[in-house]
Amino acid sequence: MKDISSAIQLIPLEHYILLSVALFSIGLMGVLFRRNTIIILMCIELMFNSVNLLVTAFAAYHSDPSGQVFVFFIMIVAAAEVAVGLSILVMMKRNVDSVDINLLNRLKW
Amino acid sequence: MAFLFYMLSAIMIISALFVVFSKNPVDSVIYLIICFIGMAGQYILLNAQFLAVVHVIVYTGAIMVLFLFVIMLLNLNKEIIVRKSKVTRISAVITGGIFFLVMVAATRQVIEIHPRYPFSGTVGLVSEVGKTLFHEFLLPFEISSVLFISAMIGAVMFGKKDEVKNFKS
Repeated sequence: MKDISSAIQLIPLEHYILLSVALFSIGLMGVLFRRNTIIILMCIELMFNSVNLLVTAFAAYHSDPSGQVFVFFIMIVAAAEVAVGLSILVMMKRNVDSVDINLLNRLKW
Repeated sequence: MAFLFYMLSAIMIISALFVVFSKNPVDSVIYLIICFIGMAGQYILLNAQFLAVVHVIVYTGAIMVLFLFVIMLLNLNKEIIVRKSKVTRISAVITGGIFFLVMVAATRQVIEIHPRYPFSGTVGLVSEVGKTLFHEFLLPFEISSVLFISAMIGAVMFGKKDEVKNFKS
């Protein structure tokens, strides 16, 4: 335990910011890149988690447990979001017989 | 220890790239699980043991299994046939890269954040997080149950078979 808490002092906070931004932009790229809705949902999960990691890093560097509780709430919201999103996906598969996002383009106009 | 951080970061970024670029959705789920396990390792390095355990249980244990379940039930484990057009794909990659560059340039301007308190090894433990959760954040914690009920009702409502079939295009 002592080793771990002294280890984070070796790593500057900027590297955590870089890692989170990299993961977030990969998720953003995936949302724009793919047509499969289930991959898009997974990329949204990836973006959620990069933000979670950044909030945890800030909380750890400030020695503040409130930030970690905040991450816990974000996880709660993400779980509810995944349940609703996957049920929308199942409904889409049943109605359109495909998970192609381009078939759901009527909300664009 | 610092080496562990950089190795986990490399694993996470490479597997996140594989999530986007792999052809089979099941492969994407497996790579996302690898990425999330790496993220649990990062939580442990950040001394947030409670979050690491919750992350493994909730994400890799529940949500990813839910994704695999939906892929299995809907029989989606085929290779992709249709892709987006080449212009859209290239512009997606450019958008992601430009977003990364802009965020890096923006965070370079930030003054270095110094810890206000000395590092304490007990911040992320279950007892500390639990005390904060049930003292200061008790009301949001209870309200989140309402969120779960509404999500459950919404999922059941979406899952019900509806009669209107004019959705086909």
